[in-house]
Amino acid sequence: MNAEHDNSGSTVTTTVLGADEIILNMGPQHPSTHGVLRVKLKLDGERVVGSECIIGYLHRGVEKIAEHRSYQQFAPYVDRMDYVAAVSNGLGYCEAVEKLLGAEAPPRARVVRTILTELQRIASHLVWLGTHALDIGALTPVFYCFREREEILKIFEKYCGARLTTHSFRIGGLQYETYDGFEQDVKRFCEDFAQKIDEYETLLTENRIWVGRTKGVGILSAEDAIALGVTGPVLRASGRKWDIRKAFPYAAYDQYDFEIPTGPAGDTYDRYLVRMEEMRQSRRICLQAIENIPSGPIMAKVGKVLKPPPGEVYHSIEAPKGELGYYIVSDGTTQPYRVRVRPPSFINLQAFDRMARGALVADVVAIIGTIDIVLGEVDR
Amino acid sequence: MANDPSEKGPAPEPPGGKAEGAAVPPKPAGEGAAAPPKPAAPAAPAAAAPPKPPPPPKETGPKPVPLDNELVQRLKARFGDAIREATLDRKQAIVLIAAAQLREISRYCRDEEKFDLLTDLTAVDWPKREKRFDIILNLYSFNKNERLRLKAHAAENEAVPSVVNVWPTADWLERECYDMFGVVFEGHPDLKRILLPDEWQGHPLRKDYDILTQDTAWVRENLGIESGQ
Repeated sequence: MNAEHDNSGSTVTTTVLGADEIILNMGPQHPSTHGVLRVKLKLDGERVVGSECIIGYLHRGVEKIAEHRSYQQFAPYVDRMDYVAAVSNGLGYCEAVEKLLGAEAPPRARVVRTILTELQRIASHLVWLGTHALDIGALTPVFYCFREREEILKIFEKYCGARLTTHSFRIGGLQYETYDGFEQDVKRFCEDFAQKIDEYETLLTENRIWVGRTKGVGILSAEDAIALGVTGPVLRASGRKWDIRKAFPYAAYDQYDFEIPTGPAGDTYDRYLVRMEEMRQSRRICLQAIENIPSGPIMAKVGKVLKPPPGEVYHSIEAPKGELGYYIVSDGTTQPYRVRVRPPSFINLQAFDRMARGALVADVVAIIGTIDIVLGEVDR
Repeated sequence: MANDPSEKGPAPEPPGGKAEGAAVPPKPAGEGAAAPPKPAAPAAPAAAAPPKPPPPPKETGPKPVPLDNELVQRLKARFGDAIREATLDRKQAIVLIAAAQLREISRYCRDEEKFDLLTDLTAVDWPKREKRFDIILNLYSFNKNERLRLKAHAAENEAVPSVVNVWPTADWLERECYDMFGVVFEGHPDLKRILLPDEWQGHPLRKDYDILTQDTAWVRENLGIESGQ
């Protein structure tokens, strides 16, 4: 680890090519790139010898917008970064501003936040599983995954009226009380969901094609993962047991029992198994939380006009894709002086080159899928 | 603004000077509006009315305090003056260092202090300061389960040592920082824009780049429209 990391040749030079080498463009409109990602591949036959990701097609300047909105006004924007896990984005932002204010959400709000965020993790992993399997050629799982995801979105809709970009939390707690029957809905979903995960696994886990397409593909060692800043399920599948829900517990995670799954090999198959197990653990957390939602207020007294004292804070949460951090600087006014988002997708995507080198062109699709990126978050 | 941290005058709005004169109070300090705006005149001959002490900060929120723990002592013993200041803000450790020594201190933090994960690298723009940029590195140590924030000041045309050789993840992060702020990282293997088009002019997260500003020439040429707004 003490050696200097060799970064030479991290990008693709189009001018210097070997006799058998060609450059192949994938995207930005390729369906398996999960959005507008362009990958420039340098190939020797079917082998990838180098790659470069070209991003920014969805750049909307979210961090600049933040500097021209009040703290509350910016909250809906964060939902539109990782739009398949909007609830997690909102939780990270609200908690970061609360930390900046020195406020804390009341216990009831924290438990409800935990439940909704874990449901969102399941929903996000379902989108990943369905599309990842679809990319590799397994057409069936996506229908099953979206069937269960629909149930989660219905709970969100009943809770706050929105399904995708929910804006379900507020700085200081929650805007809405839970609806009548919320606990039963979550409980029913979780009880049914156990056998649904088993059902997905019967389609894939021992499927010869699936195993052949994912085992040994896109291997990332734990050392490489840490050097490249990779977090979340990708890091855990490389064998490093690290989860911010345990390392720096937030919301109400310190009250619940759950395991952190890890994988030994750091390949695409292990990342698949890790995420499958994470869905089971999220279900466990929801079931524990639903048993005992404390009563009491759902909003802390933070006032209508938020003026955090000058200073700065970094707060991060374990989003479905990895560490989602917010670094916020306050100058004492009602608008943030600077909001920096540390997006897991952006940083994990950087490891693509390391994972794709030596792989086949067909594996590139599997590797993009296994990192689980959302381009809205990569580009912000 | 009584409890301003080391950076003075963060308010970006009034383009006029903030220290001298200040006929208009820069910010309504107490929005209770009971106190009439005091013309902050230190040379005012109004000896009759002894200047009231500033109203006690009504916000009892968190404040930065100096930090002097073992880690800071070790850093100071090793790097001396390059460790400018250490503070604790919202229970988070911040060490202000000299930009020229960024790479050495980073390598020491990684190897000796086991901060093996570079969580984030970014910048903050304070255009009125002599060295306008804060370069921010958020580090994490798996061994200690601890975070550390390194901060360095850099002037507009000052090259900052790249830390790509220390943490390869800095590659894209430094490119983004260059793209958004125009901070040049010396020693980066391929410093070019990452989110904006390569030919784009300007660095949008600078404070003097207005939110409606855009590279109109680029937009006209490449999108065939007058404005993207």
